[in-house]
Amino acid sequence: MSTELFVQYLFAGITYGSIYAIVAIGFNIIYNTTGIINFAQGEFVMLGGMIAITLLSFMPLPAAIALAVIITMIIGALIEIIFIRWLKNPSVLRMIIITIGLSILTREAAVHIWGENIRALPYFVGNEITTIGIMGARISPQVLWVVGVCGVMVAVLHLFFRATSVGREMRACAANRLATILCGINPRNMVTFSFVLSAGMGALAGCVMSPITYSQYDMGTGLAIKGFTVAILGGLGNSGGAVAAGLLLGVIEAFSVSVVPLAFQDAIAIAILLLILFVKPHGIFGSGEAARLKAF
Amino acid sequence: MLKIRNLESGYGKIKVLKHVSMHVDPGEIVTIIGANGAGKTTLLATIAGLIKAVSGDISFQGQNICATAAEKIPALGCVMVPEGRQVFATMSVEENLILGAHVLQKEGQRVIRELLDYQYALFPVLAERKTQLAGTLSGGEQQMLAMGRALMSRPKMVMMDEPSTGLAPLIVKEIFQIIVRLRDEGKTVLLVEQNAKAALAIADRGYVFETGKVIVQGPADDLLNNQDVQRAYLGREKID
Repeated sequence: MSTELFVQYLFAGITYGSIYAIVAIGFNIIYNTTGIINFAQGEFVMLGGMIAITLLSFMPLPAAIALAVIITMIIGALIEIIFIRWLKNPSVLRMIIITIGLSILTREAAVHIWGENIRALPYFVGNEITTIGIMGARISPQVLWVVGVCGVMVAVLHLFFRATSVGREMRACAANRLATILCGINPRNMVTFSFVLSAGMGALAGCVMSPITYSQYDMGTGLAIKGFTVAILGGLGNSGGAVAAGLLLGVIEAFSVSVVPLAFQDAIAIAILLLILFVKPHGIFGSGEAARLKAF
Repeated sequence: MLKIRNLESGYGKIKVLKHVSMHVDPGEIVTIIGANGAGKTTLLATIAGLIKAVSGDISFQGQNICATAAEKIPALGCVMVPEGRQVFATMSVEENLILGAHVLQKEGQRVIRELLDYQYALFPVLAERKTQLAGTLSGGEQQMLAMGRALMSRPKMVMMDEPSTGLAPLIVKEIFQIIVRLRDEGKTVLLVEQNAKAALAIADRGYVFETGKVIVQGPADDLLNNQDVQRAYLGREKID
């Protein structure tokens, strides 16, 4: 394999990998405050892209994206308040089934609103054929946008959890729910925040990736499966692990194209998921102990 | 400060507390002793709002708190140090303490800083371990952290559930000395303990629980000398 081709594959892998990582972090944020996997996570990504595309006919691109993110955050909050908040001591299984139902509901609503057409946001800089050369490889500037925005999101999120009081309280809620209540903090509010936060992150990722990967009403399912694989691979609840695992899966997928046909790409992710669940259920970056002392 | 009348409480259909009445006056240490399963922890959990009372009244400073949500209780000035410490294991000692001051957040950084300094003076070991993760502390240090965290909310009454469990006698002594000091500084303490002797030694009054009922109550000294209490809880059989 030539250096150019190698770099080309590597960037493709990093692009998809950072999207997977963002979806996985969305899973983690909600998992940490509630102990459940929100299977509607992929739908937040879809909603972000689709809403931004619709808004684009009324306003410039940056405003459309910002508003789409805010609308998706509100939808995230509403989903939590309407479907989850009022449940008294819900079992984990029940909550998971609720999120699967929500995912189907959102997808069906999307097909009614936007139809089955594949849409896309325009490239932020240049167009489809604009490229920049990096070490001989030709890369779309949008790739840098995706990687950059995902990187900034991870950094901002890290700061949010370390340096703000709401972030600290969300971590507290993840560490020990009972003690959170005894400190006078309402853990239900923290759960709502976690839905808002992961909806916003998903939506922003959905916007920056839309020019490259396109947006369609049913894109959420595939992303949720990939994001879930990455979350498990990195150790559930561990966002640093999610970034590493996301990039790893993205790169593996990208390079697999040179060996097996493109159609097998998804099979590879599922195969990795099964392998991890069989061999190391805590994830490659998580140990049993770390799973108990879970942290963002 | 705290008045409980005819309280019935428990888990689902199982009633653990049966018509419990008791009170705690401002500035005293009241201890609740009794064997495992007597309902001591259930009583504290009910006061803290973690379990809803089936019937009866709980009033704190004249306000009925039976229907108050658990997370609203600390703001009223009543805070619990739970059994098994329940520190935020993945967070640093200082973060644990700051979280304890959640109800005072509006008063600003300076107040929280002062409270932090106060806890560090009260528990010097916490100052040494400021940046360490709470989960890596020893049992005694975690107990002190749980107490410090509770005190960060500037409570009027502190409820402590089995603070001596699993600790070395020397540490227990230190923790009980701190409880006395808190009382001397004007705080009210409701202390649940298995270690009846140590608890009665520092308490002003005590209640003896058995299968969800108060069977004996009175000044701590009287309870210490009460033959039934001695036989059942102090492990001291009188030899004629």
